[in-house]
Amino acid sequence: MTRIACDECTRAATARAVAGRGLPVVEPGMPTPAGTGLTRRTFVARSLGLALSVYGAGKLSLFDGGIAEAATGAPGPVLVTVFLEGGADALSLLAPVGDPLYRKLRPNLAVTGGAPFIADARLSWHPALAPLAQLDGEGKVAVCPAIGYDHPDQSHFTSRHFWEVGATDPRLLTGWLGRYLDATGRPDNPLQGLSLGGTLQPSLATARVPVAAIDGPGQYDFWVPGVWGEVEARMLDAMDSLGRLRSGDAAFATAANVTRQSATLRRQLLPFASDKGISSPVQYPSGDDSFPKQLQGLAAMIAAGLPLHCVALQASGEYDTHAGQKAALTPALNMTAASLFAFQRDLEARGIADRVLTLVWSEFGRRAEENGSGGTDHGAAGAAFLIGSRVSSGQVGEFPGLASLDADGNVKATADFRGVYCALLEQWFGFDADRIVPSGGRFQRPKLVA
Amino acid sequence: MSIARAGPDDCSVGVPVYRGRFGTPQAERLLWRAGFGPREGEAESLAKLGLDGAVRALVNPGPEKLVGPRPHDDKGRRLAPADAWGHDHCWWLDRMVRTSRPLVERMTLVWHDWFATSNDGVGSQRLMLRQNQLFRSHALGSFARLLLDVTHDPAMLLWLNGTENDKDAPNENYAREMMELFTLGADRGAYTEHDVREQARALTGWRNRWSAGRGDYDFHFDRSRHDPGVKRVFAKSGRFDWRDAGHLCVQHPLHPSFFVTKLWSYFVPVPPDRTTLRGLEEVYRRGWQVKPVVQAILTHPAVYDGPRMVKPPIVFTAGLLRRIGAGITTTDWAWIGSLCGQQLFYPPNVAGWDDSRWLDTATFRGRWIAVERLLQGRQHDPGKPPKDWPTTAGGVFARSAAFWNAPELSAETKSTLHQVAQLALADARNGEWKQQQYPVLLGNALRQLIAISPDVQTS
Repeated sequence: MTRIACDECTRAATARAVAGRGLPVVEPGMPTPAGTGLTRRTFVARSLGLALSVYGAGKLSLFDGGIAEAATGAPGPVLVTVFLEGGADALSLLAPVGDPLYRKLRPNLAVTGGAPFIADARLSWHPALAPLAQLDGEGKVAVCPAIGYDHPDQSHFTSRHFWEVGATDPRLLTGWLGRYLDATGRPDNPLQGLSLGGTLQPSLATARVPVAAIDGPGQYDFWVPGVWGEVEARMLDAMDSLGRLRSGDAAFATAANVTRQSATLRRQLLPFASDKGISSPVQYPSGDDSFPKQLQGLAAMIAAGLPLHCVALQASGEYDTHAGQKAALTPALNMTAASLFAFQRDLEARGIADRVLTLVWSEFGRRAEENGSGGTDHGAAGAAFLIGSRVSSGQVGEFPGLASLDADGNVKATADFRGVYCALLEQWFGFDADRIVPSGGRFQRPKLVA
Repeated sequence: MSIARAGPDDCSVGVPVYRGRFGTPQAERLLWRAGFGPREGEAESLAKLGLDGAVRALVNPGPEKLVGPRPHDDKGRRLAPADAWGHDHCWWLDRMVRTSRPLVERMTLVWHDWFATSNDGVGSQRLMLRQNQLFRSHALGSFARLLLDVTHDPAMLLWLNGTENDKDAPNENYAREMMELFTLGADRGAYTEHDVREQARALTGWRNRWSAGRGDYDFHFDRSRHDPGVKRVFAKSGRFDWRDAGHLCVQHPLHPSFFVTKLWSYFVPVPPDRTTLRGLEEVYRRGWQVKPVVQAILTHPAVYDGPRMVKPPIVFTAGLLRRIGAGITTTDWAWIGSLCGQQLFYPPNVAGWDDSRWLDTATFRGRWIAVERLLQGRQHDPGKPPKDWPTTAGGVFARSAAFWNAPELSAETKSTLHQVAQLALADARNGEWKQQQYPVLLGNALRQLIAISPDVQTS
């Protein structure tokens, strides 16, 4: 009977711990449970079935909410936000090749050779964004060629903060999606606000309801050497008990809360807890980059009916291109656009594309004139994209031209990011944006959803 | 809490001083805030020195001694911090675990976060280690001097394009962050976009060479690439160079308040009150020295009477290793650090780590794995229970707590873990082998739960 738990056996015991009462008890030394080795999709489907039977038995109250909502409620809309970190150069993403000043300001960095942008013949897509140009051709992309806000701040952190909180207010501590989830979310479903990739994206920061951050859906397990079977189940239950500890101390309460949220999330993601990769109907870009893998896992989670609502992640690449911009941008944009394209095709193949809308954004654009390091310094208005089957395609605002730069030599904004947020809240989620975006009434709502 | 004027040999005039009991719990908290937690017996001996003596010992530690087993990788080989992936993280973690100068190492970590440079942008572990040594040598010295040395530190020159900032084509990257993140702060009216551009001109002239074999090397100041013209910064005019750029920042009237508030935030989770802020600024203004400000913060009542802090992941991890006297025997610590949200030499961006948001569901799992990794090879085999292994909930709990050298746990946490122990032992009633094995399995599980409890995540 003696053995130290290996990975497989702890995983088996984990499945048992939650799927619980209806299954044969797994003890050390017993064979691997039935179901191992099934394909991912059947495994997911069967696991959800098991999960529901547990719900029927009414044993695991925290687990109930999320899965019950997933199984019984109508599947809700999902908003995915993708952040291009560092201030992506809008004048390369959508190159104003038809603007006579472009080559003067960008003698070394002007981008050429891309597909024309349908809605404005002066602009052409960066060649690496060809997949987005293709989706644009299918009417699945809306473009903001010069998006920003009045009195642009050229600090990465201040400007990103504004976008994350949905206001030009340095003191606001909740994200714009976090406030939406606080108003509409559940107290027992961390997956409603999901950050993919290590740490929580600030736009999802809530004051009230739980949200989650994970690397991917298939890796959220908690095992300990030398602990298995019933004792392991007790240990995992103890995460809830520790998570329910109350304290007047803020740091202690934070640690307790995150323990409870992790326990809930672990149960929510059990359907993905096998070692097998996720099987997708389409091919995603291969390699080490985490962005395509995160999108691939995301599509699988949405398809499996997990109760996701707002999702935030960072695109591939680094966009603070003070130097060596040409060499840096191409691979970053290639990977980002190819991954977004695969994600869209994946959603379409799974028949859930109507439920998902993706916003791609960056904290600012870059200076119109290139610097001497083969790069560009911080600018003002940047580019943003909306991608999805239900997007109202075309453009939001317009490219203002390089002849009318602001006093710092930066492109002026022709669309306000808060107007886009208001439109998304109202048209995608059907929620009153004035409750989420401070002074929301001030901003014009573009038509974003067809 | 009592507020007292400091004595004559104390430089923290005007800053409130803690006058409550300074026993083992207070010494333990001091060791967590100013270092990486206590080794066995360390809090007790520090408590005997009294508050002033304890803080003085921390800020004047004498030459470094590394205590404990030498670090090695999973195959028993020496670490190669300048070359092998992840060895840099493990090398520094080892120093945090074994050092006899915890505050110096903690301040090195503060500067790493303050002047956050990532090897993602530098691409040379060798240059990152060189910068790390710079931070260590200035750990408690002059901030003005530190700022100047950081300005032409090779890793920083690469990270913020300092060697690409040319008189004919200024690059603003370092100029902006120098003011926004290092010395003055954003949104305080301390500087304008014009100041950013003029400072960038002042900072021109640094260069380096590159070769396929050596990478980036030969970092030097090239007068011919420096813009010698008159610049106007903070409403002052002159033919400023990189030294002037630094002096202008530290002499800016809004620098001391930025400096002491930011430094304070590494030790206390709530902002300083006005009296404290003014007092700390006064101490700092006397010569931009770090040590007296740190000393004044560490003797402040807020450290001992104030709220708890979430331990940064690397402090949490180093602290667990110190607690059980363990050394570095695997390079897994590097990727585990990344899962916890803190891989050394790879801060997320130039603003450093977000110390207000260490914990979320992803980084919590990282901490779980850190504990689990530490327990690998140290757990008892349930098939071979140790002699006289306890069979009561209280007995098993006591053994697990003793493994971690009995960390302080709240009454509620203890009673929660006791209940878990009782339930697990009750499960064993229906099987003879279970009665033999469950107490051991439980002991192993409780080790994990104690280390991951909110009590141990915070200090």
